[in-house]
Amino acid sequence: MSAAEIVGAPPFAPRLLGGLRQDGRPVGMAAHLDRYGPLPLELRPEELRERIAAAGLTGRGGAGFPTATKLESVRGGRTRPVVVANGTEGEPPSGKDKVLLAYSPHLVIDGAVLAARAVGAKHVVVATSSTVNAAVEAALRERRLERGIQVRAVVVPDRFVAGEETALVQFLNGGPALPTFTPPRPYERGVGGAPTLVLNVETLAQLALIARFGAAWFRAAGTPDEPGTALVTVSGAVREPGVYEIELGSPFAGLLEQAGADRQAQAYLVGGYFGTWLTAAEGARAALSNASLGRFGAALGARAIIVLPADACGVVETARIAAYLSEQSAGQCGPCVHGLAAIVDSLEQLVQAKKRTADVPLLQRRLGQIARRGACRHPDGAVALVSSALRVFADEVDRHVHGRRCTGNGRPMLAIR
Amino acid sequence: MSDFVLRVNPILCDAHGLCAELLPERIELDEWGYPIIDDTPMPRPLEAHARRAVAACPVLALRLERRVAARR
Repeated sequence: MSAAEIVGAPPFAPRLLGGLRQDGRPVGMAAHLDRYGPLPLELRPEELRERIAAAGLTGRGGAGFPTATKLESVRGGRTRPVVVANGTEGEPPSGKDKVLLAYSPHLVIDGAVLAARAVGAKHVVVATSSTVNAAVEAALRERRLERGIQVRAVVVPDRFVAGEETALVQFLNGGPALPTFTPPRPYERGVGGAPTLVLNVETLAQLALIARFGAAWFRAAGTPDEPGTALVTVSGAVREPGVYEIELGSPFAGLLEQAGADRQAQAYLVGGYFGTWLTAAEGARAALSNASLGRFGAALGARAIIVLPADACGVVETARIAAYLSEQSAGQCGPCVHGLAAIVDSLEQLVQAKKRTADVPLLQRRLGQIARRGACRHPDGAVALVSSALRVFADEVDRHVHGRRCTGNGRPMLAIR
Repeated sequence: MSDFVLRVNPILCDAHGLCAELLPERIELDEWGYPIIDDTPMPRPLEAHARRAVAACPVLALRLERRVAARR
């Protein structure tokens, strides 16, 4: 990597959130250019792609797929690809993409324009939610057409599954915002039938910085396998809930300290509503990387972390999240519709075990039957969440089964929507 | 082993259950009547039975697909 690439680079953290205004208004074009410098449109598409590959950027939306591989997957066909910036963020405990779009929309749009250039696309759609669309529209009005690449913003319905990439594509094609059966995947046939590159808005913001400052700069933060920084949303038993920019591979305990997490917290939900519960002891040992979290069966996933207070019952809270996920099913696939409803029913029997109707083996059997049987991963995520709860809150499960008083005394504690 | 795997389109599937009757070696039904499919490569002797199950599905949800090495 040439030294010239690094000149003018901002300090490595916070990279995305460091330049935000204190008054909560979006960073305008002039301030954006002051902080990050101009869009490097002089880079040829292959140079851009090489830089992204060398940086080792992975998707920040949940799946963590290598971005360079995604770029390659839409190239080389007869149809010009389309780029979709996914800023729908339907996951209630996550706010990072909304923060990015509301406060630093130009960085996301920069990334989308550069991704379009890297794959030869001329059309970009920024898929937003109702809360942040105005900021994106305002930012678009401040920009000129760059290299003939047209960017438009589209508001996607606020619904959990609407941001799943096949749902997004079907919606942008005039259909309902519901997942479709695959193949074809969006990279094969997506918006308007064209190969479609769907990237999370934070991934695009990171891409915009890599294009400007280079792969070596990007890799100065994070670990060799999981380079860079990432945005995470912390909520629950914390003094300062909100969005934090962390270095991948940094100690989980450091983030908890920064957010002012309850020191008596009994567990952490890592990865959002499709995530995995970690015990307090596991959380103390974990680092914020998939390599480290993987040792506890967890992953960064949607990058939302919920801190469970000492006086809450993990089974009660998990039942509430599962009920939300069941209600948010697209309602298209039998195993998801009936399976999640049955899992919720089992959990509710467990929570209200006064009648001693809890049947944990039945719940276990149901959990084992549902994953990978929907058109999308919605049921898989719900199953993973509940399975991890049965492991981490085994004592609590036992209390419920035997009709004893649970830690939370049955009261809901977390803000679940 | 043949080069085929069974797959169901869960959006189309309406739990008619004919597939499980025609191909119990590879398909069982869950407690709501939806098929749980063994999606490992189909043994060749079962291929004809599998095709019959595919043809019998009233909503054309069941498919016999050629195996793909890796999906992106």
